[in-house]
Amino acid sequence: MSILKIDGVSKRYANHTALDNVSFSIPAGCIFGLLGPNGAGKTSLIRIITQITGADEGEIYFRGERLKPDHIKEMGYLPEERGLYKKMKVGEQLLYLAQLKGLSKAEATARIKTWIDRFEIREWLGKNIEDLSKGMQQKVQFIATVLHEPSLIILDEPFSGFDPINANLIKDEILRLRDNGATIIFSTHRMESVEELCDHISLINRSKKVLDGPVREIKDAYKTDTFQIIGNGHLMITSPDFEVLEQHENHGVFRANVRILNQAKPNDLLRYLIDRVEVHSFVELVPSINDIFIRKVKETHHA
Amino acid sequence: MRKIWLIIQREYLTRVRKKSFIIMTLLTPLLLAAFMILPGLLMTMSGDEETVMVLDESGLFEGKLEDKKDLKFVPIAGSLEQAKTLYQETDYTALLYIPKISIEDPKGITVYGKKNTSLQTQMRLENALEKEIENQRFMASGLDRETLDKIEANVKLNTINLSSEGEKDNNAMITSAAGVVAAIIIYFFIFLYGVQIMRGVIEEKTNRIVEVIISSVKPFQLMMGKIIGIAAVGLTQFLLWIVLSFVAVTAVSAAFGIDAAPTPMEQLEAGRVAAEGKSVDVINEEKGEATQAEADEFANTIQDVTQSFANLPLLLILGCFLFYFLGGYLLYGSLFGAIGAAVDNETDTQQFMMPITIPLVISFIMSYSVVLKNPDGPVAFWMSIIPFTSPIVMMVRVPFGVPAWELLLSMALLVLGFIFTTWLAARIYRVGILMYGKKINYKELSKWLFYRV
Repeated sequence: MSILKIDGVSKRYANHTALDNVSFSIPAGCIFGLLGPNGAGKTSLIRIITQITGADEGEIYFRGERLKPDHIKEMGYLPEERGLYKKMKVGEQLLYLAQLKGLSKAEATARIKTWIDRFEIREWLGKNIEDLSKGMQQKVQFIATVLHEPSLIILDEPFSGFDPINANLIKDEILRLRDNGATIIFSTHRMESVEELCDHISLINRSKKVLDGPVREIKDAYKTDTFQIIGNGHLMITSPDFEVLEQHENHGVFRANVRILNQAKPNDLLRYLIDRVEVHSFVELVPSINDIFIRKVKETHHA
Repeated sequence: MRKIWLIIQREYLTRVRKKSFIIMTLLTPLLLAAFMILPGLLMTMSGDEETVMVLDESGLFEGKLEDKKDLKFVPIAGSLEQAKTLYQETDYTALLYIPKISIEDPKGITVYGKKNTSLQTQMRLENALEKEIENQRFMASGLDRETLDKIEANVKLNTINLSSEGEKDNNAMITSAAGVVAAIIIYFFIFLYGVQIMRGVIEEKTNRIVEVIISSVKPFQLMMGKIIGIAAVGLTQFLLWIVLSFVAVTAVSAAFGIDAAPTPMEQLEAGRVAAEGKSVDVINEEKGEATQAEADEFANTIQDVTQSFANLPLLLILGCFLFYFLGGYLLYGSLFGAIGAAVDNETDTQQFMMPITIPLVISFIMSYSVVLKNPDGPVAFWMSIIPFTSPIVMMVRVPFGVPAWELLLSMALLVLGFIFTTWLAARIYRVGILMYGKKINYKELSKWLFYRV
């Protein structure tokens, strides 16, 4: 069941089109990657989903219902440009933002307590935001995003500005939230950064959707049956079923990229190799999302 | 509504808790009290008892120079040289030397002092001598002081307003003052707190928190919450100023036991006492050197003032003040908010501030130069009808009396005006708060009005 269905959404500004007839749906309970280069239209789409702006054409359905103001409290949005009131105390700020999302004061206070315990930041509560480091501010902002336990969490470039330790902390939190039933939308132009996290992706380029679906399926569709082999010996492939794309040799150690042709199986290649060389490593070369994106963009340009 | 209420609360509380707010709120009444008290305090301080030696060779003033509370005369005899030596040995303020003169030609009177004799002392001595010489001249011509006092005319014009509502006492000075003070307060309030709205919006924009907030509330709610919250801050400050000023002035007066600048309450009291024809000795005593006649005049003036106040339509003025105060603030406040949304930082606000500043400044200047002189003229009329100038100009006119239809028209237009500017501002605001790094001009702004968001 999809939590969000985007149906033919277009958005035009005075002199450019931000979104052009974009459709896809986001399954509930997954981590969804909204990917594309800068200026592709990701933020425009997010602003339509969070009802900051409206679409010129098309509809968005939240749990099968047409998007309405009441849905806002079920969403948590961490914008790309982070910011909090600099001269407001951490505790007050979290309370204010949670109340704006419709939480009662008592409820918000209780949840703030759980979160500050989890992040071990009790001593920050009385501090002004401006007295915190940038990483600390990001943590506070992350808490503010999820405090009202939204069922849809939208994170725009979530890892920018986090050091690796905090980035991992946030990753763990995101997985935990997903396991608790929330759906997470990641929007980023750094596709490699979320590849391992996302279950589903949608690629957007120049206001158009290029591709979407489960990551595994996409990768399967774009895999090239190429394997990287590392081993000892002198590799000479003469079979018509295998094509050597690349080969290096150094001090008796070789490294080769080989593509399987004519419906041959990886095991056939392995068998062929074992008789000739000493195999140390045999890995399928799966295209990264980045590669797929570039290929796809090239295809559409040529088409 | 709950969300607007939350926003109002935040805007209000963060500002009211600021150190600068607390300091300003406490300091201003203290300064006011100081301004009212200081002159009196200085006077009593410099008014330390002065003793003047008098060497009167003419004999005209023997026993005639009356001692006053802080001015004493010590007559001595002998030659001038002796007197000078004697004076040097004392700590008296001055030596007054009156040579042999006649009342017809009182020349050559000299004051010797150790330091420069103060202007005040000099004037007091001159007054005392003049009065005595006058007295003697009257005596010589067969008149006495009492007769003269009866003859002396003191003309005071009673200005009466003949209007349909009957006769009313009218004092142009008081009438003008009431309106002008109200207009000045409105003028400053709009500027001070309008700029605060603008800063608040810019702050949210540069902090980038605005996107988080408007994913929870509508931009319009955020804007209105801010405008209303800041209005509440302003009202709180004014209220506290009034209460604290009163407390401070009363407390300080009581502490120093002086009556340099009577507070309005005391003035009222004095006026009442005088009006009931009771003795004005109280004032006389307090005023020390004031003569009975002076005290009478003083009481009369106070009575005049209080009467003029009483004759002003105070309730109407107060009502109008509150209305134009809030109306003007709302009208301009939303525009200030729109400017804040249109720019990235405060330095860029200049070009957009102009059209807001100009009508305000013009109405302020015109209030003094034209409206006050001719409160029923065409300039006054039009400026008090047009919403952008009416909050200030109408306040100047109201105490002079304004026909009901003009007042109602002006108020209705002001309400329409702020609905219009709020609408306009909201259109600019919703686009502007998410727009970064773009130099905005008027052409661009006008496009925003018709954006579909």
